[in-house]
Amino acid sequence: MPALIELEKAYVEARRDPSFRREFHRHLREYAGRQTPLYFAESLTARLRGARIYLKREDLCHTGAHKINNTIGQALLALKMGKRRVIAETGAGQHGVATATVAAKFGMECEIFMGKEDVERQSLNVFRMKLLGAKVRVVESGSQTLKDAMNEALRDWVTYVRHTYYLIGSVAGPHPYPMIVRDFQSVIGQEARRQILAREGRLPDYLIACVGGGSNSMGLFYPFLGDRKVKMVGVEAGGLGLKSGRHAASILAGKVGVLHGSKSYLLQDRLGQIRHTHSIAAGLDYPGVGPELSYLRDQGRIRFASATDREAVEALKRLAEVEGIISALESAHALAEAMRLAPRLAKNRLIIVNLSGRGDKDMNVVAEYLKASDEWQIVNSE
Amino acid sequence: MSRIDEKFSFLGGRGETALIPFVTAGDPDLGATLRILGALQRSGADLIELGVPFSDPMADGPTIQRASERALRSGTTLPQILEMVRQFRRDSDIPLILFGYYNPFFRYGLKRFAREVEAAGIDGILCVDLPPEESGELKRWTDAHGLDTIFLLAPTSDAQRIRLVTEQGQGFVYYVSVTGVTGARKRFEDHLRAQVDRVRRVTRLPVGVGFGVSTPEQAAWIASFADAVVVGSALVQVIEKAPGWRKKAEGAGAFVARLKRAMKRVSKKAGGERLE
Repeated sequence: MPALIELEKAYVEARRDPSFRREFHRHLREYAGRQTPLYFAESLTARLRGARIYLKREDLCHTGAHKINNTIGQALLALKMGKRRVIAETGAGQHGVATATVAAKFGMECEIFMGKEDVERQSLNVFRMKLLGAKVRVVESGSQTLKDAMNEALRDWVTYVRHTYYLIGSVAGPHPYPMIVRDFQSVIGQEARRQILAREGRLPDYLIACVGGGSNSMGLFYPFLGDRKVKMVGVEAGGLGLKSGRHAASILAGKVGVLHGSKSYLLQDRLGQIRHTHSIAAGLDYPGVGPELSYLRDQGRIRFASATDREAVEALKRLAEVEGIISALESAHALAEAMRLAPRLAKNRLIIVNLSGRGDKDMNVVAEYLKASDEWQIVNSE
Repeated sequence: MSRIDEKFSFLGGRGETALIPFVTAGDPDLGATLRILGALQRSGADLIELGVPFSDPMADGPTIQRASERALRSGTTLPQILEMVRQFRRDSDIPLILFGYYNPFFRYGLKRFAREVEAAGIDGILCVDLPPEESGELKRWTDAHGLDTIFLLAPTSDAQRIRLVTEQGQGFVYYVSVTGVTGARKRFEDHLRAQVDRVRRVTRLPVGVGFGVSTPEQAAWIASFADAVVVGSALVQVIEKAPGWRKKAEGAGAFVARLKRAMKRVSKKAGGERLE
């Protein structure tokens, strides 16, 4: 608690400080490569014969995903607080890479906690983190995925709290993290709002983003929350299907609970033990979801849907084939929902999909998935 | 006056420091735990902390994580733990503290939780991931059922936080000896004593010290300035290594007896000035 109170104090000061904000935006521009394009997916739109689909190209950020927005912000905060060591949990490895990146840039010691299962399926990102000078700690407890990495990072943080900054990558965890991460990620929605107004002269009808912990979705949605006509859809990981029990759809299939210092929808059993989750996308493989997203769902502001592993892989393939863009498996969940929704809408409707990351890290997983399914045969014979 | 208060006042009168062993309920199953509890009491435990296993014990080190996993694997649930406590209570009046993480308590329904916990014979609750700022809902029900709510203080706690925890807390204040998670440690920072004295100056509540205490020597040293010593991981290791219910109970009892003997050899020197 004292560490959280210290963090909140430092953040509230930083947020009010124009020089902090200037520096943050300078690094976003010069280092992360912002702003990212809002790309009109013309071929995809033509094929779906429905709403106009725009992609917010977070995959073009430095390190390949939106995660860098938040890690730049929090690294600056850590420096301001005088902490020389940063630690982070990671699932897909994108947040780990983004943290290792800013640690290298700002000269901080860095340790990344990653579940054993994720280390195996995201070996490329593990190598990138090591190349960036970070130590990767393989977590073998529990389900060996993101939640266990977070447990282990919390354990490390409480042990070395005096000189360590815990850089949480999602809008989860204890306050003030969900607020801090949301604020730093809001640049996605702020840009998208300006860009769609410039391009179409009006606000979008739908925003669609995948939801694991929820950082890319909160980043896109937040600046539009006051625009009552803009509908928002969060897409959770349906895994092998919601009925199978093997998924990571916390909001659609979970119950309210408390984990990692926040109250939100959680996948758990009747007695409050946290359930193992499954998703083909390591970045969505988390049993909880940001508390603010849970709240916005209860308010009816955000609708939630899910996409299965198969639907995500199909969406990834389809986007690659028609637009020449290879999306991350996480973002492919949002694409799957967009592909379902667009044909049902009139042609003058506008959809913005957050393409939160690129798919290079997923190529092994996708190749294996396709090899194991009949799909692959069809692909080959085409 | 709760059973916990009575025990501390009794021990305080004799200048003795309380020994509070911790075990995970259901490690490796509840039959073993029932026997271990009996052995702990017979061997000189003054209070007992009973851990409720949780799938994500983020305040615990590897030893108690493993105990938690063993307990969950044998199907241990909160209602079963309470049933075991009821059995144990038939011939024991040692104060019992239920230690756990908030989610299983919350899912149980806090009202029902407090009612059933009291009925089973538990005296206090320590919810390790629930800070006093967020404990209003839980306390509403635990207070109504006469359960003590125990809070933690850490070496990083400042004066304001010490005040908050000592005001909100009941039973005793649990002072976490080191920054970090539970688990046996080789040595403590020398200023632990001064830190404990700092807490004692602002509260009438007894101050217990835990996290990392693993040897009779450490327990004795802490007993010279604290009101209670909590020993968890080191005891759980003894239980982990011994084969079978009987050996586990015997081993746990022998270990606790050694700790208690070492603590009794130390007469409590006046710590800091007490607030009276």
